[in-house]
Formats: sequence, C-alpha cells, structure tokens
Amino acid sequence: MERHEYDVVVIGAGGAGLRAAIEARQQGKRTAIVCKSLFGKAHTVMAEGGAAAAMGNVNPNDNWMVHFRDTMRGGKFLNNWRMAELHAKEAPDRVWELEAWGALFDRTKDGKISQRNFGGHEYPRLAHVGDRTGLELIRTLQQRVVALQQEDEKLHGDPEAYIKVFAECTITRLLKDGDSISGAFGYWRETGDFIVFDAPAVVLATGGIGKSYVVTSNSWEYTGDGHALALLAGAKLINMEFIQFHPTGMVWPPSVRGILVTESVRGDGGVLRNSEGRRFMFDYIPDVFKDKYATTEEEADRWYDDQANNRRPPELLPRDEVARAINAEVKAGRGSPQGGVFLDVSTRLPAAEIIRRLPSMHHQFKELADVDITKEPMQVGPTCHYIMGGVEVDADTGAASVPGLFAAGEVSGGMHGSNRLGGNSLSDLLVFGRRAGAGAAAYVDGLAKRPAVTGIEEAKAEALAPLERTGGENPYEVHHELQRTMNDLVGIIRKSEEISEALQVIEKLKERAKNTASSGSRIYNPGWHLAIDLRNMLLVSECVAKAALLREESRGGHTRDDHPGMSAEWRRKLLVCSVKPDGTSITVEEKVQPSMRGDLISLFDRSELEKYLTEEELAEYDAAVKES
Amino acid sequence: MGYKAKFRIWRGEGGEGRLEDFTVEVNEGEVVLDVIHRLQATQAPDLAVRWNCKAGKCGSCSMEINGKPRLGCMTRMSTFEESETITVTPMRTFPVIKDLVCDVSFNYQKAREIPSFTPPADVKPGEYRMQQVDVERSQEFRKCIECFMCQNVCHVIRDHEENKANFAGPRYLMRIAELDMHPYDVADRKESAQDEHGLGYCNITKCCTEVCPEHIKITDNALIPMKERVVDRKYDPLVWLGSKIFKRQR
Repeated sequence: MERHEYDVVVIGAGGAGLRAAIEARQQGKRTAIVCKSLFGKAHTVMAEGGAAAAMGNVNPNDNWMVHFRDTMRGGKFLNNWRMAELHAKEAPDRVWELEAWGALFDRTKDGKISQRNFGGHEYPRLAHVGDRTGLELIRTLQQRVVALQQEDEKLHGDPEAYIKVFAECTITRLLKDGDSISGAFGYWRETGDFIVFDAPAVVLATGGIGKSYVVTSNSWEYTGDGHALALLAGAKLINMEFIQFHPTGMVWPPSVRGILVTESVRGDGGVLRNSEGRRFMFDYIPDVFKDKYATTEEEADRWYDDQANNRRPPELLPRDEVARAINAEVKAGRGSPQGGVFLDVSTRLPAAEIIRRLPSMHHQFKELADVDITKEPMQVGPTCHYIMGGVEVDADTGAASVPGLFAAGEVSGGMHGSNRLGGNSLSDLLVFGRRAGAGAAAYVDGLAKRPAVTGIEEAKAEALAPLERTGGENPYEVHHELQRTMNDLVGIIRKSEEISEALQVIEKLKERAKNTASSGSRIYNPGWHLAIDLRNMLLVSECVAKAALLREESRGGHTRDDHPGMSAEWRRKLLVCSVKPDGTSITVEEKVQPSMRGDLISLFDRSELEKYLTEEELAEYDAAVKES
Repeated sequence: MGYKAKFRIWRGEGGEGRLEDFTVEVNEGEVVLDVIHRLQATQAPDLAVRWNCKAGKCGSCSMEINGKPRLGCMTRMSTFEESETITVTPMRTFPVIKDLVCDVSFNYQKAREIPSFTPPADVKPGEYRMQQVDVERSQEFRKCIECFMCQNVCHVIRDHEENKANFAGPRYLMRIAELDMHPYDVADRKESAQDEHGLGYCNITKCCTEVCPEHIKITDNALIPMKERVVDRKYDPLVWLGSKIFKRQR
C-alpha cells in the first residue's frame, strides 16, 4: 500500500486548507495537502461577495472593535468571543498578505483595496474582486503554494520536498496511536488504490455539510467529511443545530435550484419585492436591530450615498432574518411565479454598472435561466449555504480535543455563533487557516517521538465493503432520501415532531446505508465514492437533528416554530455532539459558554446586551464596566 | 415538458473505450451535466465525470459535446433539438483516465514552470497602491477558472504530443501576460515567454478565445500584446535598454 510520511497533513484544499498548509510549510514542516477535487477547484471558488476586514479604506471609522461587535451581533452573541476577537484583529493583515502574493482586489480612488457593503456590517468592509472574490482567493493561495514549491526546487532540487498536493484523494479515516492522531487513511479517486499518511498532526479543512440537503448552494464535496472524521476520532462538534440558509439562491430552473445569488446584489443596491411589488423587508426588522435599519424606502435609498446620516436598508439585515422573511412571504402567498421572491437590481443601477459590479451574476442568470438581470428582476429563495457548527477547537491554535487534530474554516465551530455574517467566511478561513497551520507546526515541534499508525486494516475493510456486496441498496437513493428528509423536516423552520420524525428516518437510512452496494471497478467510481460518503452525511445529519431537537429557542440559523423566542438562558449553552464508542450513534451534551472577557463585553452598550444576557451576566457586565 | 434524449457517451479506461448509447429523460431547464448525473443515478452508476460547483465557477466539468469543448454544467439541453443525438467525449488533448475524466496534470506542471509573482523587495503588505484602471487588465485574466478547454483546443498541442514539452499553452501564456501587466511585478518575462514557454508557437487562430467559458479575450488581450512586447524587446535595442532602466525606477 502506498505510504507517505509527513509532519502535517491538511485535509481539504479550499481557503482554510491552503492557508494552513502554507503556514505549516513556512514554519519548516513537511506538509501534505489532500483534497477530493483537483487543486484549485475547492468550494471557496463559489464565494462571491468578499472578505470582511476592518481596514478602514472606505470609511475610516471602521476598526477591529466595530467588526467584532458586528460579528457578535450577527451570531446573536453565541459566538466564541475569543475567535471573533482574533478574527476581527487579524483579518486586515491576512488580506494585505494576499496582495503581496499577487491578488488583485478592486481599488478605491486613492489606490487602496476597495471595500463593499454587506449585510450586518456597519461600514463598507468587504475586500472584493467584482463578484468572484473566492476565485481570487483560491487562485492566490494556489499560486502561493506553487511559489513555495519553486523555492523548494531551487533549495532542494525537488518542488515537492516540503509541500505536496494529493489531488482527487479522499480520506476516510483518521488513524491514531492511543489517544493521539498518527495519520490518515484514504483512497485515490482516480484508481481506487488506498493510501496511508503517517503524520503526527492533521488539520481538517473540509468545509461543510450542504449535500445532506436537496436545495443547497454547496457542491458535491460538502458531505461533512471533516465533521465525521473528527467525531470518529473522538473529537467533539458544537453548534451543529445552526445552519445558514442563504436568503438568495436561484429557484429556477429546477436543476440549478439553490445556486447562490450573491449578497452583493443587495449590498450594491438590489431590493427584494413580493408579488405585490412591496419592499417587504421593512415589515421584518426585528426589535434587536430596530435602531440600525431604515424604516422608509426614502431613508434606505439615501443610505447608499450618505451613510453617516441615514440608516441601512433592511435588505441588508443578517442572512437569517432575510431568509426567514422570504420564507414567510412565500408561505403567505405573496411569492414569485417560480416560488421565490423578486430580487431586482435592474431598476436600481445602469446596465453597464450592473455588468461591471456583478459580472458573474449577469453571466449565471443569462446562461442558466435566460434572465437578463439588467432588464428584469431575478427570482430567489433560501438555500442551505453554510454550517456554523463544527469541530470544537481552541481559538488560538485551532486544536481539537484530540491531540494532534486541528480544524479551520467551515468545519470548525464557534467563530460565527448562531449565524455567520456574509464576508466573514473568507476572512475566517485566512485567519484560522494560518492559526491552525501554526498550531499544528508547534504541536509537532513539541513531540518527543512520532506516533505509530494503527487501524489500517479496519479502515480498508470499511472502504471496500460497498464494492463487495452484491444486490444491496442503491447509494443514490439513500442519499436522495436523506436530502429530502433534512430539507423538509430539519430545514429553515423546525418543530419538535418533525425533527423527531427526521431522526427516525435517519435511523432507518443508517441501516440501509450499511447495505449499499456499488457495481463497477475501483477506478473513478462515483457510486462507490457516494456509498462511502453516506456514513459521513448520516453522522452529521444526526448531529444537526439531535441538537436542533434539544435547543428550545430560536436564534440565528435555528428557528423553532414551537419555540419562537430567543432565550437568555439558552444563549449561554452550547450543545456538544460526540459519537458513541461503537461509532454508530450520536450523544449530545450541554456545556456552558464561558463569559466574555471584561474588556470585550465593555465594547457594548448595556441596553443592547439586555436583549441577550441573563441578569447574572448583566451583573458581571456592570462589574467589568466599573473596573475599566 | 420532459422528453427522452439520445446520448452517445465515451466509456472506457486504460487506453481503450467506445461510444455507448443511452436513452435518458430530460426535464425543463436542465444542462448536460444534469443528464449525466441522471445516468449515474439510474443506468450507469460508475460513469466517471469530474464536476464540482455546477455553476460555471470551478472549471471541473470540461468535456467535448458534439465535438466542441464545453462545460457540462453550462450547456443547456434546450440548445439541442429533441431528436438530436448528443455525443459526449472527454477532452482530446489529455490522456483519458476513465470515461469523461482526463489526466490534466500537464497543466499543473506548466503552472509550476512559470516564475511566480515577483514584487519589489521593499514594498510591505498593506502598502500596495494601484489604480483600478491599472489592475483591470490583469483582472480579466484572473477570471480564468482553469477549465483547461483553451489548452485542449489549441492546435499546437491538440494533435501534436511532441510540442507539449516546449509550449505552456494559452492558459499559462496568459498567466505570463497577467504577471507582466501586474503593476508591481518586477520580473523580466518577455524573453522567457518566447524562449522557454513557446509564445512563438501561437499563430493567433483564436480557438482558445472561442472556447473560453469566461469570455476572456485570451488572444487579443493577452497573447497578442505579449507578442508585441516580446517583439519590441527583441528587435529594438533602444526599447530594450529603456525598459531595463525604467522597470527599476517604477
């Protein structure tokens, strides 16, 4: 069997994975990047709007404290505050560093990086390149990896001496020596041959779980691999009940349903209307945001030119609010003909300006839906977009509870609390990708000896099982039923009975998944690959459903029809998922979130915190303010 | 709304293969990749196809549809007659791994041969100042999603395996142009473009531009201007000397 020794193995080659790998290599570690797709094709390319970083290039009043506050508000104060702090402080450096690696962001008039408005961000904050910022980010990091390889070729005569990409390779198990990580086991998609990595540190950067849902903006890669690998290695997942439904996905044609329509459309002036032509978002401004959003169309429209004297348009509320509003409008019978609402930029900006600012949206609608967005409105509806939950990690190092395991980006949990702000994902993966890479490198430095790899035979047997069965279940059918179940029963609006029903279906699907059979050879066999991925999707779906059933409140990406209010008691509680020792089912425990550090909580007004905190926590706040 | 379409799809691995016929349901609004996915789910579970975002942003699902290089996810079924037989084959310029999936490692090797972005040593991160108009030229080339269809269609290598060693292909010649036009890049790329990466092989037939799903004007905006820069350099000693001096000053 093919075997490689590395210091650090990074699983996933999106923004977080590449940034982690670059850091580990820059710290002198021999680093492998293992990814399911070709190098440079990761899901990060789908990110459109930008990377949020308080550089203050467009509005000099912006700084890390404002960004920190916006992030905590967006996450309804459930965020890991230390992560939100590090993120807000370090994002500008991470963006500037990309520029030194060749990224070409759009510019301000004075030649700095331009920044655009986005939902929930008080000032224009998103560094961007038109509406293809994710592509710029991935390409820049990809080219940085290549630059490091060119350096290594000069120094060592081998471009892959210190950093190598294993593309189209899927990891199915993390390997351990006692309690610690010792490597990873996987297969080449191309040949079906197995591969083993001996490595004391593994960084998970596998992204999200959207493929458990029918309507999603996520690609096939998003099968929750990292979430499941972490669980099976003994790590814990937090906040799994919080899933972001992006308010604006395409609704037609059916085959592209769910594909993302960037929030930049609204940031640049686009408005949402129902079938009666009403800008309905004015009807959905929640109390906690009342004083920050315009209450009339006139004020909202003035804001684009004069942000100092006007409040923001309600189309730019955080994503959870907008998604629920669209959902409610459609349910009330005021939807568009194809089951969404109208998103119109055609009457708001000149055609040339739309094409300049939103080129890929213009292209996407023209090619896929025969709609010219410079002439007519788009039809949009919510789509499963991002999971706030993920591996519980140490904020500073990205370390999970299992020694040697690290996680960064979407697969990690905590940073975004119950709801992520748009633009905070690209900056998250840069900040915490770097930190996880550095954390892994430091961990390896501190080891007295390399751990030994165990468990290869078990991993091999598990991977081969679907090929050895004959006449079993069709994995595509099991997958489809899981997607329908999650979409219909644990979707944007949830209730106790429906979630319980979903859990019963998941139990049955787990049995069926054990019985899937894949015909054909091991060479590039998608049916076999799906049969293997089902384990991960089912484990993750069970986490989502079980946590969603327990959390009896509505907050951010978790809306309970039967518990509509936000609860200050629940705010302090994190739901922590782990897998039972036999690896087949999930247990969920409550854990208290530590109180915010005094200097951070003092950044907020008491009147705002009263909406979120318990009396006891407010007393702590008063004490902190007094002290400072 | 739905109808049954006739597809002929290349199946095979290990250097052998044949076109296989399928009849498959097609629904309104679908693209070729949807139909291939339906085949996987219903008739041919091990049919290999590379794909990822299904929104024309990642450049994974490049294939030849009725002989033309196209992205499967951006080719709508409504562009064909219902009675038409649609032939889907892998990209011809690269070795086939299985069915519609090719070994595209040639491209990654070429990417590594182009010297990386080289900023002046004294500019620190955060100090870059560039005008929009000056970054726009290179930004056009950075729209590239690396679908490799321009590499696939380029006649220099499409049927000339022997040229592959000496020719970077349109995607990577464009990368050189992109870096050469970057306001902060100080590397000298003109001689190497011609001598090491094969710019001279390009005889501007614009096949690359025609197949680019991002509508990048590869020939007009990248390759021809790059050729002109090389010519200026090679044949005009004053331009050569001047550029040596002024490049440093910035």
